[in-house]
Amino acid sequence: MLSVTDLDVSVNGGMILNELNLEVQAGEVHAIMGPNGSGKSTFANVLAGHPGYEVTAGSVIYEGQDLLQMDPEERARQGVFLAFQYPVEIPGVSNVYLLKAAVNEIRKHRGESELDAVKFLKLVREKLKLVDMKEEFMHRSVNEGFSGGEKKRNEIFQMAMLEPKLAILDETDSGLDIDALKVVAQGVNELRDASRSIVMVTHYQRLLDYIVPDYVHVLAGGRVLKSGGKELALELEEHGYGWIEDQSAELLETRA
Amino acid sequence: MNTVVSSAADAADYVAAQQVAAGALPAAGTPWLDASRDKAKAILADVGLPTARLEDWKYTNTRSITRSKFDPVLRSESWSEAAVIEQLQIPELQSHRLVFADGIFVSEFSNSADLPRGVRVMSMAQLLQSEPEYLKSALGSALPESPHGFTAMNSSFISDGAFVEIGSEVILDKPIELLFISACSGKDRLGLPRNLVLCRSGSSATVVERYLSATKSRSLTNVVTEVVLDDSASLNHYRVVDESADSFHVGGLFAQQDQSSRLDACSVVVGGGLVRNDVLVNLNAPGAAVDLTGLYLGRGRSHVDNHTHVVHHTPEGTSREHYKGILDDRSRAVFHGRITVGSGAQQTDSEQSNQNLLLSRDAEVDTKPQLEIYADDVKCAHGVTVGQLDENAVFYLRARGVGEDEARKMLTLAFAADVLAKIELPALKGYLEHCVSDLLLSVSHTS
Repeated sequence: MLSVTDLDVSVNGGMILNELNLEVQAGEVHAIMGPNGSGKSTFANVLAGHPGYEVTAGSVIYEGQDLLQMDPEERARQGVFLAFQYPVEIPGVSNVYLLKAAVNEIRKHRGESELDAVKFLKLVREKLKLVDMKEEFMHRSVNEGFSGGEKKRNEIFQMAMLEPKLAILDETDSGLDIDALKVVAQGVNELRDASRSIVMVTHYQRLLDYIVPDYVHVLAGGRVLKSGGKELALELEEHGYGWIEDQSAELLETRA
Repeated sequence: MNTVVSSAADAADYVAAQQVAAGALPAAGTPWLDASRDKAKAILADVGLPTARLEDWKYTNTRSITRSKFDPVLRSESWSEAAVIEQLQIPELQSHRLVFADGIFVSEFSNSADLPRGVRVMSMAQLLQSEPEYLKSALGSALPESPHGFTAMNSSFISDGAFVEIGSEVILDKPIELLFISACSGKDRLGLPRNLVLCRSGSSATVVERYLSATKSRSLTNVVTEVVLDDSASLNHYRVVDESADSFHVGGLFAQQDQSSRLDACSVVVGGGLVRNDVLVNLNAPGAAVDLTGLYLGRGRSHVDNHTHVVHHTPEGTSREHYKGILDDRSRAVFHGRITVGSGAQQTDSEQSNQNLLLSRDAEVDTKPQLEIYADDVKCAHGVTVGQLDENAVFYLRARGVGEDEARKMLTLAFAADVLAKIELPALKGYLEHCVSDLLLSVSHTS
């Protein structure tokens, strides 16, 4: 599904990701954890094609294709979805308008016909239930005036509508109270299936209680320092990131 | 002094043309009208046509207008291009319609037969000829005290235009559409429509003025619309300028409002080489309310200048003003919004905003909000923004599969959405949304 090899990324000349490697197979859920500034969100944004980051070395192969050569919209149409850490407010563009455009772009790409109004509405109603959102949200401007929890739910709702092959969740748990977290996690769990991969970027172990990953990777200083099963998250919970960072420092010293 | 800041020489041709034409203008020989035209001509000769040395014209260079000599069109030239009308009309817009070619009424394409009792919609020239006295008190009553040269020029020629009267307590559902077509006959023609809209007490109506070009020939439209709102009257007024890139347009909307009257005036500039709109609203009695909205689109090398002035003379008036501009290519815009709250205008509630979206590095806007407050118990606010499309929003849309061009188009339309949302005529709204989308077909990427 996704194969990231020796990825280097910089912003304004400063290196954020440094020889990052990651393999994700179809149907797997990977959690990427790490302290603030470790490069987690950069990684999520680079996968989605954010133009603010410069890939200086390495490769990202998605479904056998060079992901880095694709425009963001091309990636989305091929099944890559980023749930934003900070969903953007877009006054004047209604949720329903954006979703209709997005769904139809993706369908067009797959060689499918546009959904008619009735089928579209039916799909909307079905997916709204997943995240416990009211239909009136559809007619509000995208994220405008939404609470933090509503914005995150809206991201998962969009994900449900677009049915991606590779979903990247960037700190989807941040700013959520426990009830909202449960709703969001349940929405994500409903979307888990054998052909869909999920990469979750998070600072806290808490999310992993609700969305149980197959693999956990710890990111620090722009590279994966440790990978393991879900029990790695528990070790982190116990020892904190300091434990890993100490190992990281030793590693860097060894290399120097 | 005047010769220093303006150009009387530029006005001389028009003063001379007026002298030649005066005797044959509609209702010539009517003493008050002759005196009024003569006075306006004297003002024109004195102040001349404005130049950039005048504070109110600082950012608008009129040289492109004054270096040509435009020929006033004062009587019918039997213009009858049905195909042009067919092309310029908004098919879904059901209206009582008057059509003017270079400022002169064309009865053939007009349709105002089914007006309800108490409503008059007709040619100004016809009314001047048949009942000049009917116009004596109203014509010129809403003009600014010191009109600029273009307004004076219009007043010196008063020949044709639309006369609209909504009788007391009449609620008119179907809009009145005034279609002004310029560049109908030949090059460098000057249309001088003069409109008067009288809204009697308790009446309610919608008037749509549209300005379009028949051909791509260079032309000048110099129009004045006066609006008088009696007590508790309300008017929805739309003004759409969509002329050719070689056209010049100077327009005035001057309104007087009585007690508890309400004016909603929406100005949309879609096309034109140089467009200058002056708006003056006098709130003359307590409880009067005005809501000015505007949208201006610039492309190519077009120039759009909106000058608005709302004067609160009396207590408990409300004014809202919200203008938005979208500028592409090397276009330029000017916004000067002035609000005066007189010493007697306590409990005034006034808000003004001007927001601009620049789609190109070469586009430019000069914006100047101005509050003058002489009362102490008022609520006034104003704000200005000039910005570009939010690149985070562009990325967000692209990350959902929307192509980059489409994303920019969506966001630009969204910028205009709140102004367009105020347009209560679905057919007109659809037409204008289409105009905004059209602008974006040629959208230049700033990256």
